Amino acid sequence: MELTAIIAQLVFFVVAVLTLAAAFLTVLVRNVFHAALALVGTFFGVAAIYLMLEAEFLAIVQVLIYIGAIAVLILFAVMLTRGMMQSQESGTNKQWAWAALAIAVLFLGLFILILQVPWVHSGTAVYTDTTPYLGTELLTTYLLPFEVVSVLLLAALIGAFIIARE
Amino acid sequence: MDIFSFIFNPFVGLYNLIRDGLTQLLLAAGVPADTTRLIVFFIMGLLVVTVVLILAPVMMMYITLLERKVVARMQDRVGPNRVGPLGLLQPIADMIKFMVKEDIVPEGVDRPVHLLAPIIAVVPVVMSFAIIQFGVGMGAVDLNLGLLFLLAMGSVATISVFMAGFGSHNKFALIGGMRAAAQIISYEIPQILAVAVPVLLAGSISLSQVIQAQSGAFGLGWFFWYIPVGPIAFFVYLLAATAEINRVPFDLPEAESELVAGYHTEYSGMKFGLFYLAEFLNTFLISAIGASIFFGGWQGPFVQQIPALGILYFFGKTILLIIVQLWFRGALPRIRVDQLMNFGWKRLVPITLALILFTAAFLWFYRGVLLFLKGYGG
Amino acid sequence: MILQIPLVYYLILAAALFCIGLFGALSRRNAIAVLMGIELMLNAVNINLVAFWRYGSPDPIADQAGVVFALFVITLAAAEAAVGLALVIAIYRSRDTVNVEEIDLLKW
Repeated sequence: MELTAIIAQLVFFVVAVLTLAAAFLTVLVRNVFHAALALVGTFFGVAAIYLMLEAEFLAIVQVLIYIGAIAVLILFAVMLTRGMMQSQESGTNKQWAWAALAIAVLFLGLFILILQVPWVHSGTAVYTDTTPYLGTELLTTYLLPFEVVSVLLLAALIGAFIIARE
Repeated sequence: MDIFSFIFNPFVGLYNLIRDGLTQLLLAAGVPADTTRLIVFFIMGLLVVTVVLILAPVMMMYITLLERKVVARMQDRVGPNRVGPLGLLQPIADMIKFMVKEDIVPEGVDRPVHLLAPIIAVVPVVMSFAIIQFGVGMGAVDLNLGLLFLLAMGSVATISVFMAGFGSHNKFALIGGMRAAAQIISYEIPQILAVAVPVLLAGSISLSQVIQAQSGAFGLGWFFWYIPVGPIAFFVYLLAATAEINRVPFDLPEAESELVAGYHTEYSGMKFGLFYLAEFLNTFLISAIGASIFFGGWQGPFVQQIPALGILYFFGKTILLIIVQLWFRGALPRIRVDQLMNFGWKRLVPITLALILFTAAFLWFYRGVLLFLKGYGG
Repeated sequence: MILQIPLVYYLILAAALFCIGLFGALSRRNAIAVLMGIELMLNAVNINLVAFWRYGSPDPIADQAGVVFALFVITLAAAEAAVGLALVIAIYRSRDTVNVEEIDLLKW
């Protein structure tokens, strides 16, 4: 194997392990505030994965939206409901063992499935700035979905405001 | 290498000299070409990172001195003048004081969160320094999404504010943290929208291309002169960015008369020093970006002939903008929370949205006319 | 550099992330933690979309479908988080709990 391939795979493994570790912390830690911070770590890891897939725009949007907006919303919600953090009961419900078992089976199935399918690599490794193409696509081919998503976002904004208002 | 081009652009010249020398040395030693490229890439990267990491804290130390001196002049005082000539060694004394202070961890704090918060405050700011163009060709990296990267890094700061506020086990810190987070996410929107105006005018999100687009005659084609959008967008940017980094008159999160010190009440020693570092690096950063996207960065008269002038232009503009912020601090009282939110959402956001619409419509019209004339002539 | 990492690696990573998120959504008591699990699942889906775009599309530069879909998913995740957390806060105000097991007025 080439030197660059070894380095690329090494970087991938480090990022993947860190991302999965943060994801495990998110679902296992009892303190919800710590879980939210681990979630931020997972988001960063996923942004790094996007960078490795040469989707720079998406990586930056991931940091801007997921960390700058969604994670902050979650942290706000954790703070506003901080009375819940005093309780000493465990963070998981009674069905966690069954859930874990079913999910282990699911993961095993997915794992075997992924390894058996002969995936085609037809992507070319030409590096250019793809953002202008993305912008053009968004405002031509995907114009209607783009507008629908904008309206949906507006509706969610107003809805969230009405629901959370005292 | 041509000696004149070396003198006219010494830092880039030095960088190229080291890179070429290293490449030739490795090739002469019999290292394969692709491995050489990789090694040189890593070493030069480390070199640039080291320079930026040394430059940033030194710059921050002298911005604190500048702030104390300027505010002292405004208040008819002298300012620090005891340590060294004109007080020039004062920042170093301050730094030593930060280092040797006891590192107090209050009882009942959420230890890992409390310790990580100041680090997470500093890291995104230092990462943002990677895209700043200090002079002609003097940027650590030239990202094609530079300005978007900058805004993304700015939004990470909210997380550290939450960690400091929530991890400190102190009600003042909690209130300060909540206020800071609400303020940062509110003022992020007008800031992003104001940055969109120069991006539209330049037709690129890359910081170096936005600067390139401002060359004009004698390097004076700055976006600030694009009346009326340029000046309005600049003032909105300056206000929103000042609010985003919690400085006067938007310093409600650390309002000392109400909240002790806001989210860093429980921090002492070097941990407080890191928050302090982040705050002043942010001051430099928003001034540098403002200077770059509205005042042409390193653009100026004769910069094409003598690139070294670009460094002077860049730092001159940046320091002028820092002094404008210090002027805010010396002149303006702190505003109230309701005023803050009203100002952000009811004034700045509509203004910037109108600006973007106006700019886009103008550009569409202008390009249409150009195309029409071209078609008419040909 | 990009194609030196096989597509399978990304797919396995996404599958693992999805399963972890699903576990969080199924097993947590706190409604906010359930929402976090859902966010993890959405992220896993996004990794798959982008990986298939990068490896499977014959012309990944002109055809940006994967990135566009991932952008829409991110937008929807933001909308979901806003409405979901607004609901959680409204419930906390009226019932003084965010424990999903105690929010059972509609159960019989």
